[in-house]
Amino acid sequence: MPANSFNGFTDFGVGIGLRVPHYQHILSEKPVVDWFEIISENYMIDGGRPLHVLDQILERYRVVQHGVSMYFGSHEPPNREHLKRLKALVKRTKTPWLTDHLCWGSVDGTYSHDLLPMPYTFEAARLTAQKIREVRDFLEIPIAVENVSSYAEFHVSEMMEWEFLTEVVELADCGILLDVNNIYVSSKNHNFNPYDYVNNVPAERVAQIHIAGHSKFEKYILDTHDHPVIDPVWKLYARAIERTGRTATLLEWDDSIPSFEEVHNEALKANQFVAEMAVAL
Amino acid sequence: MNLLEIQHRMLEAVMQPLTAGEQMQPRTRDGRSMHEVAAGFIKPNDRLSSFERLEIYNRQYWFRVLAALEEDFRGLRAIIGPRQFETLSKAYLIDCPSESFTLRNLGSRLEWWLRSHPERIQPRAALALDMVRLEWAEIEAFDGAAEPVMVPGDVLASDPDPQFRLQPYLQLLSLRYPVDDLLLAIRKDDSEGEMVSNAVSERKQTRVRKVARQKPQAVFLVVHRFDYSVYFKRIEPEAFKFLNALREGKTLSAAVVLAFQGRDIPESKLLGIIQSWFENWSSLSWFCRPESSNQEFISALGRQS
Repeated sequence: MPANSFNGFTDFGVGIGLRVPHYQHILSEKPVVDWFEIISENYMIDGGRPLHVLDQILERYRVVQHGVSMYFGSHEPPNREHLKRLKALVKRTKTPWLTDHLCWGSVDGTYSHDLLPMPYTFEAARLTAQKIREVRDFLEIPIAVENVSSYAEFHVSEMMEWEFLTEVVELADCGILLDVNNIYVSSKNHNFNPYDYVNNVPAERVAQIHIAGHSKFEKYILDTHDHPVIDPVWKLYARAIERTGRTATLLEWDDSIPSFEEVHNEALKANQFVAEMAVAL
Repeated sequence: MNLLEIQHRMLEAVMQPLTAGEQMQPRTRDGRSMHEVAAGFIKPNDRLSSFERLEIYNRQYWFRVLAALEEDFRGLRAIIGPRQFETLSKAYLIDCPSESFTLRNLGSRLEWWLRSHPERIQPRAALALDMVRLEWAEIEAFDGAAEPVMVPGDVLASDPDPQFRLQPYLQLLSLRYPVDDLLLAIRKDDSEGEMVSNAVSERKQTRVRKVARQKPQAVFLVVHRFDYSVYFKRIEPEAFKFLNALREGKTLSAAVVLAFQGRDIPESKLLGIIQSWFENWSSLSWFCRPESSNQEFISALGRQS
């Protein structure tokens, strides 16, 4: 199951997000890393240092693109300029698959720059799936959508989040980027059992898994990507790979970023769960 | 309520400015109760009301966009002060919310907007405007397109009056204040301020304020990129006119005429000046290869001399 049509039939291991504070270390020390995930929007530019660094990274490492502003769930059609630039980057990186979030964030061309939650309705699922198909057809590359952390639920929702995710990916015939930290965060914010989520997503569609840390406040949990992964999230990850098999896994660390070694070592803890799963089988 | 209605309603609430205490406004812009609006489409849970759940997104939006503007316009912030900068930022973002998929473009309309709202940058409006232009030019120069660099022999042999193309990332600024020096001083103070005690930091801030009160001085600046880093380079007024003319597509001779209009300079001296410009600017990779690069080229300057 690790290699499937949703991740371009690749077999990637454990990677980390490529972040600016680590550029110098990576380029000078050339550490062994299975793969890097880049934020597409950071490189959808015309020139300069970011693309120069990316080109050097591409010479040595495998790179997968992850977007933050395609907004598959926004009611409006995809932004043509965005798509054009994204396709140019896809050609540059030769990313085997591309991910973005199952969310919305813009209305009538005005952008929130946030990952806003979807109402879990059949109408929203149909519109979102249609947009995913349009983007995939334009980019000519497999797409996987990521479940987001959320802090609000809508009265109009007609199903649970994992049911909505399943509805969308089946209508769009696309993959899933399963973020187990986001599942955990949302489960605490919305009072559901995170294992119900992991146990009910279509495992055969999981192209990639995200792990990350978060911040706990008095009344809710915020997805901040500024801490190590907590044990309950690792346990959820273990259950996820039990269902999906060994799957390309990536640690996100976006704020208060520690040294490269610290981030990479945190990510590599995932291998321990992969090994335990292999023994159990 | 359908998807579009929810998205309109939620985005309107999310983008409404926070209160002075950084909380969600109790009323919408048209006077409705925000508690009622939120309860109309967002479920409460056992810990948070609908209002409080919506407020999380409202706060995140403003924290994110204000931080992005502050990062891009530290020079402007230093000139007008943090409080006035925050007020300005909120007013700008209400009038000009992001219309781009990337936060990189958030400040793209700031200069234009400030020209219609000079009261936001008083009493140092001219200095502040120059700084905004410089900071935006720096963003453009940082990741603007670069084309293959012109090499010796790239000028068309058969063209007696060639055109020269400047690198797209090159930014030409005519300024009324030496804001290039000021911005570098502000950055130096910012970086030193992170490492030293508050007392020393305050002294540095005083120095910045002193620099900010400097007198007007015409500065002709090129914001350029070398080895993937952005630099500021001051040039003479004639050189500025010359580069602007080239950017507009004027031929070499037309650019020379425009640059030295009204100046009585012997031809031999003129040639020397232009040659030195070309030597310097070519070493900085400011010129692109001609578009028709498969033709026969010779050095135009060599031919003219």
